[in-house]
Amino acid sequence: MQAGAEAALQVQGLTLRYNDVLALDGASATFPSGSMTAIIGPNGAGKSTFLKSVLGLVEAEGQVSAFGGPVAKVMARIAYVPQRAAVDWSFPVRVIDVVLMGCYRKTGLLGRIDRRMTAHAMAALARVGMQDFARRQIGALSGGQQQRVFLARALAQGADLILLDEPFAGVDAATEAAIIGVLKSLRDGGATIIAVHHDLSTVAAYFDRVLLLNRRTVAEGAVAETFTRTALAQAYGPALILDPAA
Amino acid sequence: MIWQALLLQGGYNAALVSIGAALLGASAGAAGAFLTLRRRALMSDAMAHATLPGIGLAFLAMVALGGDGRFLPGLMLGAALTAAAGLWAVQRLARQMHEDAATGAVLASFYGAGIVLLTLIQGLGAGRPAGLETVLLGSTAGMLRADALVIGFGGLAVTCALWALSRPLAMVAFDPLHARMMGVNPRQMDAALMALVLAVVLVGLNVTGLILIVALLVTPAVSARMWSTTVTGTASVSALIGAACGYFGAAISASVPDLPTGPVIVLLAAGVFVLTLLIRGRADG
Repeated sequence: MQAGAEAALQVQGLTLRYNDVLALDGASATFPSGSMTAIIGPNGAGKSTFLKSVLGLVEAEGQVSAFGGPVAKVMARIAYVPQRAAVDWSFPVRVIDVVLMGCYRKTGLLGRIDRRMTAHAMAALARVGMQDFARRQIGALSGGQQQRVFLARALAQGADLILLDEPFAGVDAATEAAIIGVLKSLRDGGATIIAVHHDLSTVAAYFDRVLLLNRRTVAEGAVAETFTRTALAQAYGPALILDPAA
Repeated sequence: MIWQALLLQGGYNAALVSIGAALLGASAGAAGAFLTLRRRALMSDAMAHATLPGIGLAFLAMVALGGDGRFLPGLMLGAALTAAAGLWAVQRLARQMHEDAATGAVLASFYGAGIVLLTLIQGLGAGRPAGLETVLLGSTAGMLRADALVIGFGGLAVTCALWALSRPLAMVAFDPLHARMMGVNPRQMDAALMALVLAVVLVGLNVTGLILIVALLVTPAVSARMWSTTVTGTASVSALIGAACGYFGAAISASVPDLPTGPVIVLLAAGVFVLTLLIRGRADG
């Protein structure tokens, strides 16, 4: 991190209890502007919950600030790409309609869409290579194409802090490379990327920072220093041995 | 006689009633499209059944105040109050049990209470209760001009409101989390949708009746979804189907003595659905 660079996202002591289960236990992390961070950790470590708590989509205790202020104030700069399983793919909506949903803040009264807004959405689709699919129903696309459409929605929104929940789940290797290409170009343009990630073998190639999470922060920092055998054992080891459900 | 009614030649009143029912059908179709996309279809059934005790209570209140108890806006107000109470009960119970169980429990209890009240009213000998039971299955026969106007303008108002809110409603139905990030409040949108559905239910009391209004909300919507790949398209087609069913149902019912309107409208909607299945029904739906 360069000295003086404003953190895109800062999280302090994030704690969330579901009934009697502690989903997050004082997790803290700093995400510098223009960085690309993988959130990794065992199942049930609270990775998705971490993202949702940051966005205020679930009520958690703790301090979260984005671009130096409260998250609610800068929602327009933040985009969230949900897990594939969280979306109803049979919904009657075309690719272009999904991307236009990202323009809602920019459209006028009650969200009426004009030609300029459609062009803006088409440009976002072109950036992820999906411009030829604009009129397709969203459910008729492959998993990777759907992921790219949601990324286009984030681009159309003009967000420079993008949170993704397992963007590569159910995606073939070629599409995975295409998505990571788009994400890297966004980062190079100054955007901050944070993704929940499962495949430990690709962490070093895809990301420049890592947050190792297991309800609390186990380690965070640059991949080279943080993504170590010791830290991984700390994050994954105890859960594997002590998991009562196993 | 049926042909006369269908061609608006059954007299000024009958024509007005058919047009009113068509506008109601359009609003029910459009509201139903958003309701099914939000997966709240059964909630509307609970709401509709929960209007019955309110109708009984409103009748009693108006008789106590010296009326004959048949003032339509008064009955609608009572219906709205207990329907809202029913909706609140479903949401409160859904914290302890699954929403479908809560819906079933509320639907049955409120409806049971309403039937008991209506039975008591019939035996009371006060006011003018004869014909009050048409709110169950609907009847457009002998409907007054003023009632037809209320139904028509009510349906039109709901359709316009849905058109105005279609973008935020669609966003909440597709991805409520994202909608929230875009500054759309899903709770407010759900409340607005429920209020509009309640308006459809109230306006439809005399046309389809409270037992079958759910079919006019849901059936055109599921048919429409097989004809369109967009939300606006689905809602528009659904409104068209609803309007046609309302129009023809009211006309047919008005010209056949003692044939309640609700079942006719619902059968027409079911016919459209079967036709849709035959034409558009594929394994992938």
